Parts: sequence; C-alpha cells; structure tokens
Amino acid sequence: MSVKLNTRQVGDVSVIDVAGRITLGEGSSTLRDALRELVGKNHKKILLNLGEVSYIDSSGIGELVSGFTTVTNSGGQLKLLNLNKRVKDLLQITKLYTVFDVHDDEAGAVRSFS
Amino acid sequence: MREDSRSVPETVERFLDSTLESVDSAEELTVGLAQRAGFDDDDLMKIGLAVRESMVNAVVHGNRYNAHKKVRLSVTNNGARLTVRISDQGEGFDFENLPDPLAEDNLLRTSGRGIFLIRSFMDEFRIQRLETGGMEVTLVKYSVSK
Repeated sequence: MSVKLNTRQVGDVSVIDVAGRITLGEGSSTLRDALRELVGKNHKKILLNLGEVSYIDSSGIGELVSGFTTVTNSGGQLKLLNLNKRVKDLLQITKLYTVFDVHDDEAGAVRSFS
Repeated sequence: MREDSRSVPETVERFLDSTLESVDSAEELTVGLAQRAGFDDDDLMKIGLAVRESMVNAVVHGNRYNAHKKVRLSVTNNGARLTVRISDQGEGFDFENLPDPLAEDNLLRTSGRGIFLIRSFMDEFRIQRLETGGMEVTLVKYSVSK
C-alpha cells in the first residue's frame, strides 16, 4: 500500500490524515503536493496526523522536513500528531523529534496553534 | 531474534533493473529471507529500511535510473548472521566526506540521512569502490545480539 491522504478542517486548523508508507516516489510526492496545495491556499495551521503511517524512509523524513520549512517560511505552523513508535524512533535518532511540535491528542494539538 | 527460530542457511542473488520497483522488490525479498531466518518484527523493519536506503542509493545516485545498468543484490543467512550486499554500476561517490546529518546546520536538510540510518540499524556496514566501477555496500545483522 502506498500513501493515502485525507484533508479535513477542524476550526481553522487543516488536518491531514496520512495512512500507508511515506517513501521515495509516490508516497513522498503525494504528501509534498498536499502540503504545497494548502500553503498555496494560504492555510497557516496544518496538523499532520501520522497515526496510520506504517513506514517512513529517509525520503519521507526529508518530505516532513521540507513541509515544515515550506509552511514555516510562509508564516504558518506545521505540527505532527499520533506518531507510532517506529516513526517516533526515527525522528529521535535523526534529532528531528525536538524540531517538530509533536502531539498525541488531536484536540490538544488543535488548541496549541496560536 | 525469536528464541524458537530454527533457520536454514539460505542465499539469494538477483540482478535488478535501476527502478524504484526494484527497491520495493529488494526490500521484500530481503525481509522475506530475514523472516525465515527468525528475525523479529523490530529487526525486520530495521533490515528492510537499511536495504531500501541502500537500494535507493544504488538506483538513484549510483545508476541514475539508467536502463542499461543493473543493481546486484545478494542476501545470505548462515544461521549466525544475515549479510546483504548491494552493488551498482555508477560513478561512485566520496563516501568518506559525507555531511553529518545530526549537525545543527544540517538538521533541516531534506536529504543525506540514508547512510546514517543504515549505520544505525545494522550491526556492520561497509562500503567500497569496486574495481569494475560503482559502489558496493555490505550490511550485516547478527542473528544473536552481542
């Protein structure tokens, strides 16, 4: 299974539910396109729900970083929600866990946007 | 490693096209062999990711998707260790001067973490330039943790 995305609005926060594998090729480009589309529509508060992501490689990590930079440079905020242990471990060993604002609870994550 | 495993020594070798489909095939084939060798789910994920990163390097950076160039994959389980060798037919690269992806200035780079992840997830990692051109990486996972 490659990646599947569903974007929904919770108040003024755009939540992207991501499921599947974020790997080089279709997986990472799909995520990139979705984030760019939201930034292009001037969405400033984006929450990436990775709860159903089964696998992520270095290209997928690169897309998360790229998305973070793109959203931040446009004056917005990108936060992460529901990391499973494998994704969390990957972000920790690459020292990116502290770069991202990571949440385990959607309501709390939505409230955390300024 | 599962304690009840009784793995039978096994070797597979493939010459794969320089495509992203080959990356998936190599990962699938290696994880299948590692599963038969008795590695647990956590190790299977680590082995699979290390093979994926190595294959991406070979296909994308080594052979540059060249349809005339192949990637050789060899996977061996000898009961004590799983050894994966992946070689390409590319121009090679300066593997001794790779940027540190954990350096503060590099944290927000969008690439350059592949070899770091391979080193993190495997017990041994070697890389060498082949006399015939191209690079070969050797990945080893011990069946019994040291």
